[in-house]
Amino acid sequence: MDDFFLYASLFLCLIMMISLYRAVFGPTVLDRLIGVNAIGSKTTALLILIGIIYHRVEMFVDIALAYALLNFIAVLAASRYFQKIKGLYDEPQESLKRK
Amino acid sequence: MTDLTGDSQKPDDAAYLVDELENTSHKKSISSIIVTFFILMAIWVLLSGKFDTFHITLGIISSAIIAFFFSDLLFRNLILGRLPRVWFRFIVYIPWLIYQIFLANIHVLYLVFHPRMLELIDPKIIEFRSKLKKEMSILTFANSITLTPGTITVSATVLGKFAVHAIDETSGRALPGEMEKRVERIFED
Amino acid sequence: MSVIIIIFLATGLVFFAGGAIGIIRFPDFYSRLHPAGKLDTAGLFMTMIALALYTIYEFNVDNLITALKIILIVVFVFLTSPVATHAIVDAGVRAGLKPWTKEKEKEDNK
Repeated sequence: MDDFFLYASLFLCLIMMISLYRAVFGPTVLDRLIGVNAIGSKTTALLILIGIIYHRVEMFVDIALAYALLNFIAVLAASRYFQKIKGLYDEPQESLKRK
Repeated sequence: MTDLTGDSQKPDDAAYLVDELENTSHKKSISSIIVTFFILMAIWVLLSGKFDTFHITLGIISSAIIAFFFSDLLFRNLILGRLPRVWFRFIVYIPWLIYQIFLANIHVLYLVFHPRMLELIDPKIIEFRSKLKKEMSILTFANSITLTPGTITVSATVLGKFAVHAIDETSGRALPGEMEKRVERIFED
Repeated sequence: MSVIIIIFLATGLVFFAGGAIGIIRFPDFYSRLHPAGKLDTAGLFMTMIALALYTIYEFNVDNLITALKIILIVVFVFLTSPVATHAIVDAGVRAGLKPWTKEKEKEDNK
């Protein structure tokens, strides 16, 4: 059973790598925000898996709860902040075409 | 303010909005403070996990302070007698919502793993007008739409105008439909 | 019991994988939100149910409180995930991003 949890968390890390592509290379700022949000929600599951692997769930569940809260607030604040800046959202291909 | 009333079609909409704004002034009802206090206390006991006198006293003090100052954030115009029935119907609504979420998730999963996905999807923004009047029911309806994959609420106003981004034909066709009726039945709107 | 846990956890991982691949494959920002915001929520729901079941496998009060905390995370994510998704959509609409449609794609190809 412990082995299964170990492989599950490794698989979760692999999935987070895929989401990281969108967070790094995303054409617009909001695409990056989506990538960060996806990584955050996977981290919440990963933290509890780590807790089960180390047999300390009662400690890691608090960290996971705080991380879920923090992830939500971070996404909310970032999306409120970035909506005020104009011209930031033009996709690179389109701006190249205009020139 | 002028923006919202200018959008509305019928004149009673504007009157309704003014009514709503006047009702939500800064008066605090004692019942909403008590209900907020018990919710906060339950979360405190769950999070601390200790049942001795010291921790319970700390919880009671901090919950009371927060409930006194911020009770109007959670409940406005609370009518205590109707609360148990509304919550019972809300709890009955949740399993149906989870079933719908599950069905729709499998549909989106099929779309994601389909090799010719770009031919299958057809994103468009649908606009419709809902019959719901109360803030709470509009909030529940908008969140339910967003949780059901394939549709995202782009905007929802107090007057019941919804704009929904749907990813393909089948997800958009079901709106407003049965979900609105169920939400209407919960809050007796 | 462990079979049920493994089935739930594997379903959750499949949902997570679908969300990640959907973020990569979909054509524009609005349609990327569909897998990102909600397949993740469903995946978290499945995974958390499996882990809560594993936690209360040896039943006592401490384990029950831990399992209830895990369920609290699920309730919290179900409340906040639509709000976060809506905040991102709202930012996109206010910035004037146009949604990707089939007609626009055909015009671009001509």
